[in-house]
Amino acid sequence: MIKVRIPTPLRPLTKGQGEVDAQAKSIAEMIDTLNIAHPGIKGRLCDDTGELRRFVNIYVNEEDIRFLKGKETSLKDGDEVSIVPAIAGG
Amino acid sequence: MAKMKALVCRECGKEYPTKAIHVCEMCFGPLEVKYNYEEIKKNISRKKIQDGPQSIWRYADLLPVEGPTFLGPHAGMTPLVRAKNLGAYLGLDELYIKNDTVNHPTLSFKDRVVAVAITRARELGFETIACASTGNLANSVAAHAAAAGMRAYVFIPGDLEAAKVLGNLIYKPNVVEVEGNYDDVNRLCSEIAGEYAWAFVNINVRPYYAEGSKTLAYETVEQLDWRTPDQVVIPMASGSLLTKIWKGLHEMKTLGLVDDVRTKINGAQAEGCSPISTAFKAGRDFFKPVKPKTIAKSLAIGNPADGYYALKATAESKGSMDMVSDDEVVEGIKLLAQTEGIFAETAGGVTIGVLQKLVKQGTIKKGDVTVAYITGNGLKTQEAVMDAVGKPHRIQPSLASFEKTFKMGKHGGGDA
Repeated sequence: MIKVRIPTPLRPLTKGQGEVDAQAKSIAEMIDTLNIAHPGIKGRLCDDTGELRRFVNIYVNEEDIRFLKGKETSLKDGDEVSIVPAIAGG
Repeated sequence: MAKMKALVCRECGKEYPTKAIHVCEMCFGPLEVKYNYEEIKKNISRKKIQDGPQSIWRYADLLPVEGPTFLGPHAGMTPLVRAKNLGAYLGLDELYIKNDTVNHPTLSFKDRVVAVAITRARELGFETIACASTGNLANSVAAHAAAAGMRAYVFIPGDLEAAKVLGNLIYKPNVVEVEGNYDDVNRLCSEIAGEYAWAFVNINVRPYYAEGSKTLAYETVEQLDWRTPDQVVIPMASGSLLTKIWKGLHEMKTLGLVDDVRTKINGAQAEGCSPISTAFKAGRDFFKPVKPKTIAKSLAIGNPADGYYALKATAESKGSMDMVSDDEVVEGIKLLAQTEGIFAETAGGVTIGVLQKLVKQGTIKKGDVTVAYITGNGLKTQEAVMDAVGKPHRIQPSLASFEKTFKMGKHGGGDA
């Protein structure tokens, strides 16, 4: 099971939950899985071509997936994923 | 009608109320304050600004607060120094240094943005203020919170310069040193901000906070006797400062305070953390995040929130970007100190280093009215130059010892 931390802007889609579980082998698969349990979430994270939106950052165990394999980054049982708005800081 | 109309998403245009939110629910784009410029135009004039307080609040009509009470009443209106010596050295006829090393109260440009953020946070009813910081912001939040009697949490990376750590502790906020770099701190704070009802100045209050940087553009134009510069050189960490200076210049045109804006915007980064400059040089409109490794710690943001918009503003203005090595940063700090008597922190070394590069390349020309933004004070980053400035002459308390050391002739004037 993967633990996914949900940022405030997406919590209306997760009934207010800040953390949800997902079963997935990659980030791409995780997004699809989340979209089944919480319809609409994929449309928020990805653009019309299915690519992650410019201002969405995703981290696996605190590492930015852009330093890993992006959406193809693999996941294993016990991993923690954070979805974080890119606009912050500075 | 109020000067603030709404918060609006820069990407998809969806509007939100002017509360403590920073991200569009639909597309994750950044929210920005939408002003009622028609209304502001009726109220603003050069004379009204000039008759205002000697602080950023002379531009209150253009800042996202309701007023009339402003926290951080002394921030801004720092000197615009005509840098004749440095200009002559570089071959520029009209060079200015916007000197935020002497900003009040914590000696960096962050006093501007924090004054706006804490004023807005108070207006929105917050009692606790917080930030993710590379140092200067934390210092400013801590000081402003102390003066305002607010509880504060400042989050900093674990490897900051000693003066920037002490410069928090003295005001007694909760200083949280995170084992990691700034990007780790920032991610953690984004998650913490979702859990607590705090005003995180550069997260949920960011749409207001970031607007404070516009005052650097307003002041520059006013201090140039209502002229816009031909070229500006701006250090980039998140890229926010650069985009807001660009915005501030254009607002002055919108409001009829200046006739035209032909300013070229130039961005400066250190080689060890240059995701924005690297993208610009490669002709890309997106950046790749990096793991920072540079002495310019105040600019060490590997995942810059406004990188995309900084690239856009620079391209629109037909400006440029460049980066310098850590050695060039140290040389830049020394050059500014030894020509103009201004001791800048490492970010200032980056700005001066890149300014020098842009002049050498011919990007900035002899006759261009040029402003370099020096955003922080060198006394806070002493580690960076400690080994590059020599030692004092140590002598006995006797005339003979002095004269022996300085090889004085009869009329004095010797050098050691």
